[in-house]
Amino acid sequence: MEQFDLVVIGGGPAGLAAACAAFDSGVRSILILERDRELGGILNQCIHNGFGLHTFGQELTGPEYAARYIRQVRERGIAYRLNTMVLDISREKVVTAISRDRGLSEIAAKAVILAMGCRERPRGALNIPGFRPAGIYTAGTAQRLVNVEGLLPGREVVILGSGDIGLIMARRMTLEGAKVKLVAELMPYSGGLKRNIVQCLEDFGIPLKLSHTVVDIAGKERVTGVTIARVDGRGTPIPGTEEHIPCDTLLLSCGLIPENELSRSMGLELDPATNGPRVNQRLETEIPGVFAAGNVLHVHDLVDFVSQEAAAAGRGAARFLALGEDTSCQIPIEASGGIRYTVPASVSPREMEEQLTIRFRVGSVMNNRAVAVYLDDCQVYRRKRPVMAPGEMEQVVLPRDIFRAHGDAKRIRILTEEA
Amino acid sequence: MEKRILTCIGCPMGCQLEVTLEKGAFASVTGNTCKNGARYAQKEVTDPRRIVTTTVRVEGSRENACTVPCKTAQDVPKDLIFAVMEDAAAVVATAPVRIGDVLKENAGGTGVSLIATKNVN
Repeated sequence: MEQFDLVVIGGGPAGLAAACAAFDSGVRSILILERDRELGGILNQCIHNGFGLHTFGQELTGPEYAARYIRQVRERGIAYRLNTMVLDISREKVVTAISRDRGLSEIAAKAVILAMGCRERPRGALNIPGFRPAGIYTAGTAQRLVNVEGLLPGREVVILGSGDIGLIMARRMTLEGAKVKLVAELMPYSGGLKRNIVQCLEDFGIPLKLSHTVVDIAGKERVTGVTIARVDGRGTPIPGTEEHIPCDTLLLSCGLIPENELSRSMGLELDPATNGPRVNQRLETEIPGVFAAGNVLHVHDLVDFVSQEAAAAGRGAARFLALGEDTSCQIPIEASGGIRYTVPASVSPREMEEQLTIRFRVGSVMNNRAVAVYLDDCQVYRRKRPVMAPGEMEQVVLPRDIFRAHGDAKRIRILTEEA
Repeated sequence: MEKRILTCIGCPMGCQLEVTLEKGAFASVTGNTCKNGARYAQKEVTDPRRIVTTTVRVEGSRENACTVPCKTAQDVPKDLIFAVMEDAAAVVATAPVRIGDVLKENAGGTGVSLIATKNVN
C-alpha cells in the first residue's frame, strides 16, 4: 500500500492552504486528492472579484486567488492527483480512492486533513410544492453552467434565497442578458453580504423581497412561473398574499451544507449547529491525526478565513506528525447569548499557538451588543459590535498570554452582552 | 440640499451612510465608522465605478475549457457596464491564455482593458 505522512482530501482553497502550511512546518510527504479536473475547487467558478482582501490586500477574482495557492503548491513540489474521488477513509486512516488512471487504490496516511468543502441545499430538501419541470437549478449549478461551461440556463429568472451565491448569480445572469425578476428571502433579513446586496441587486434594480417564499412551481416540461407569498414570523405563508411571477428558471440559494459523508463514515460525530465535525484548537477532530478546515467544518463567507483556518489545520497536522497525539486537557468553549457555535469547540491552553482565533455565528440579527470571553469568572476579552447577523461570521482573536495568565482556568465562556 | 442613503460596501459592517448633496455635488456624509466609508460615499454619489467580471469564449484549449474568466483591469463607470459586456461577447480568445493577458483593449469605450483572470492551457 502507498504511504504518505499527510493526505489532504480536497484541492480547493482549504486543501491548498492546509498542504502549504503543513509543508512549511516541515512535512514533506504530502498528497492532495481532488475530485475535479483541476485544483482550486469552487473558486474556479467564482469569477467575481472581492477575494483576498485580508490575505493579499487586494481584490482578486476567485480564479486569481486560487492561482496564487496553486502556484505555492507547485513551488513546494507537493504531490496532487486530479479526477480522483475519495470513497472511504477508515479510522486507521487508510484512504480509498478511485480514478480513471489508477482505478481503485488504497493509501495509508499518518495524518488526514478533511477539506471537502460544502454543497448546496437542493430543492428536495426545501419542500417546495409543485411540478418537477426543467429549469430549477441551485445557484451554484447555474454559476458553473454560465462561468465554466459557457451556457445560459434561462432567460427569465426568479431566485429563492438571498445567500451570496444567489446574489452573485442575480448579477451574473443579468449581465448575460437574462431578466432577473426578483429575489425572495424567507427570513426578514438577507443571508448575504451587504456589498452583494448593493452591487448585485441595487445596481440593477432587482427587488429583494424579504419574508417571502416560493409556494408553487408551475410548468410541466419547463418552468412557466412560480407563485411567491409573504410569510409570517414562523415562516408560514400568509393566505391571500400569493403573487404569480412568470419565469422560465428558478434558482435556489438556500444555504450550504458541509460535505461530510466521509467524516460520517469514519464515525465522526457532527455538530448539529454546523453540520461539521467538532475540533480542538489545532483543528483536530475527535480522531487523533484527523483534521478538518474550511467549509467542511463550518460554512464560511470569506475565502481568506478559509485559508487562515486551513493553514492552522496544516500546522496542527505537522505538530501531530512530529510530536504525536495531543493528550493535554481540553476545555470546552461554552457559547451563549445568541452565539450558535464556536470553531474550535474546545481548547487546550497548554497546546496553543501564539494566538487563538475563535470563529462563530450568531443565531439572529443583533444590534448594539458586545462579544465577551471569560476564563472562569474573569473577563479577558470584550469588543463592541454595533451589528451582528447570522449571515456574517464573527471572530475573536485571543493571545496565548491570556491563557498563560489564567493557567488553571476550568471554564471558557464566550457570550454576547449589553454593549 | 439633497440627501441620499447608501450602504457602505467597504467591509462586512455595511454602515448606513447618509450623504448630503449641495446642488448635485458631495457636501458631507454621516453614519460611516471609518474614513473608507467617507471616501466610498463621495465616490459613489459623484462617480460610481465597478470592476466588471465576466467570461469570454476560448478556442484551442488542451484542457477542453470553453471559457476564460476575465475582468476590467480597473473599475469602470457604472453606466458603461453593459457596453463592456457587449464587447466581451464578441471576443474569442485563443489558448494558451495567461492571467493578465489583455483580451480586449478599451472595453466598452471605457479606456480600460479586459484582462484574463485564469491560466487556460
